[in-house]
Parts: sequence; C-alpha cells; structure tokens
Amino acid sequence: MLAAVAAALMGLAIVFAFFVAPEDADQGISQRIFYFHVPIALTAYAAFGWGAFKGLLLLWRKEERYDLESYVAIHQGTIFGSLTLLTGSIWAKASWGHWWLWSENQLVLFLVLFLFYSAYFMLRFSIEEGPRRANISAVYALFGVVLIPVSFLAIRLAENIIHPTVFTRDGPQMSGIMFLTFCIAWVAMSVLAYALYRLELLGKRLDSNLRELREALS
Amino acid sequence: MSYLADVATLARKDLRLELRARDTLPAMLLFVVSTLVVFHFALPAGADEVAAQGLLWVALLFTALLGLARAWAPERESGALEGLVLAPCDRSAIWLGKAAAVFAFLAAVELVALPAFALFFGSVDAATIAGVALASVGICAVGTLLAAMAAASRTRELVLPLLFLPLAIPLVVGGVGASISPDSGRYLAFLALYDAIFSILCWASFEYVVSE
Repeated sequence: MLAAVAAALMGLAIVFAFFVAPEDADQGISQRIFYFHVPIALTAYAAFGWGAFKGLLLLWRKEERYDLESYVAIHQGTIFGSLTLLTGSIWAKASWGHWWLWSENQLVLFLVLFLFYSAYFMLRFSIEEGPRRANISAVYALFGVVLIPVSFLAIRLAENIIHPTVFTRDGPQMSGIMFLTFCIAWVAMSVLAYALYRLELLGKRLDSNLRELREALS
Repeated sequence: MSYLADVATLARKDLRLELRARDTLPAMLLFVVSTLVVFHFALPAGADEVAAQGLLWVALLFTALLGLARAWAPERESGALEGLVLAPCDRSAIWLGKAAAVFAFLAAVELVALPAFALFFGSVDAATIAGVALASVGICAVGTLLAAMAAASRTRELVLPLLFLPLAIPLVVGGVGASISPDSGRYLAFLALYDAIFSILCWASFEYVVSE
C-alpha cells in the first residue's frame, strides 16, 4: 500500500519535473535535477534525524526495538546521502563543468556525513550484538545530528559561498509551478524513504525472529 | 566537590601509570617530531609558510590519535573498566578523568611540537597557540569518548581513526583558520563553540557507552 503510494507520487513528481515545470532561463534542462537533488538531500537529513531520535528513545526507554529502527533509518539516510552526492556531482558537472567542487558547501557537508555514517557501520558491525552495541550505536547516531550543524558552520567558515541559494529570507525565488513541482517531489521522496524504511525494518525483524526461532529449536 | 575529587583521582591514576610504564608519551613525542621531518621532505621546495600551517594540524591530529588509541588500553588489558563502572562514582567522572589525562599528554606533546614547528618551518603566532589550546580540548573530549566506543569493538585501533576524523574536520577548519586568517577571532570562537557543544554531549552520553 505504502509502496504503491510512493510509486504513484514518484511518477507524478517525474511528470511534473520534466513536462509541467517551465524550463529555467539560466540553466536550461540541467536545472530540472534540482527537483530530485534537493528533496533527496532533505530526505537524507530527515532520515539521519529520525535515526538519532530513535537512538535517543533507546537510551531513554531502554526498549530493544528502537535499536533496529535507529539503524534502519541511518541505513536509509546513508543511501539517500550517497544519492545526494551523485546527483549533486552530476549537477555540478552540467552547471560548472566539474564533477567535484569544494566550493559547493552542501556537497562537502554530505561528503563529511557520508564518511561519518560509513564509520557508523564499521563500528556497529565490529561490536558484539547486545545492549552495549545498541547503546554505542545510539550515542554515535546522536553525535551525527550534532555534527550536521557544526560541520555546516565549519564548511561555511572554510569556504566562500557560491552555491545558488534558492531559499532566502524573502521566501522561495521560484515561480508557483516550480515550487509546486518541488513540493511534490519532496513529498514523493519522503514517502519513498518511509516505504523503504518500513520494508527494511520488516525484513530485518523477520530475520531476527527467524534467528531466535532457529536458536530455540537447536 | 566529591565529583571533582573523583575526577582528579582517576586522572592521577592515569598519569602515575604513564610515569611508571612510559608507554604512550615518548611514542607520541617521537611520532610528532618524525611527522614534522617527513613533512619537510613532503613539501615541495617552493611551498609557502601557509601550506606548512596546515601540516601542523595534520601532525597534531595524528599524534593525538596515536595517544587516544592507547587511552583505554590499561583498563582493557587488566579488565579494570568493569570495576570502574561499578565504583560508587558518577560514570561521567571516568570520562572526565581520562580526558584530563589525555589532555595532559597532548599538552606535553604540543610543548615540544610547537617549538619544533617554529624551528623547522617558521614562526608560530599567538593565534595559532590559542587555536591549538582550544582544539586540544575538543580533541580530548571527543576522542576519549570515541576511544571508549572503539575499545568495545573487535577492531579497536582500526576503527578509531574512522570514527574520529570526520568529527575532527571542524577542529581543523577552526585551527587552520585561526592560524592563517587575519580575522582569527571568529575561528577561535568557533573552536570554543565546538568544545562546549561536544564536551556537554560526551559528558552526558559517556554513561551509556560503558554500561549495558
């Protein structure tokens, strides 16, 4: 059900992004990747935030199920984060002629986060399963959401800003239909991420139940 | 007051262990000087002083990693961490005591590294020294907690740099900025902000890292 809604919304977003939204005057066709790149990035942030929130719940309430939920959210966040790097890199190539630009603050931030969360998996899978691992993973996930604003500030301090700022304090600098397309794509991406999150969670839970059953039988 | 007494006792224990065994500090000192010598040969002849300023931070960061990898080794090798966790003191005091001991080692290393850097590569100004001092607090606070996480894993020394380096990137930005920017106050303020945020976070979360 959720997957069907996600697929329908994605289809709608693709139709809007390619056929309904008007061509950007400056950037032409390459601007259309914006409708995917930015929603993917926002979804990745949301997934990292969700993972940290579940981690906080784990530390607070000591319920085992939050560990898996936190892990799956961060896994999805890392997948969407890699996609952000990929789409951002394509956009940078189309707009500025380089696959990688250090002056692109958001991309650099995602690179740092990608390194940080890759280490999360290294750490998690080298600790024996149990409450200790759950606690350590949760604390590390909390570090992640603190690192996001701190790194962002650091990168801004380190570089001058040439990233096209779409949202300013004056509100979005987009025509109505472009903004609508962006919103549809954003909702579609979030629903897709949530559907994937539920799916992976279901699989992982099934897996652990099966393992427990097998241990009980043997 | 008893909290601070606990912290002081724990830090003193680490310093006394180091004085007797002399495992970590000599290694760190030798490492930082060797790194600076390597950097002399790695830097092309025409490289300017600004490039060397960045290398100072690489040297300090990796030396700190060397010390941090050994930070929980005495507890781990003798199985003393369980005892410490069960001791009737606040668990965050264990972190604070260890961080203070690591800070003492790192400060000793910097007392050698900064004059050596000035000797090999050129001057070290007051802003750089302030940056090093502020960054050291952050390195020790975050590094001690991450080292405790790494100590719980099978891979230990292998996983610590992977955990530590992404978190240390803001420290490098602040430190290098303080060294080379004319507006060093902004970068020093950023370092102080980093120290405050992450010290509070580490202090609050250490308990969960060592207990089940």
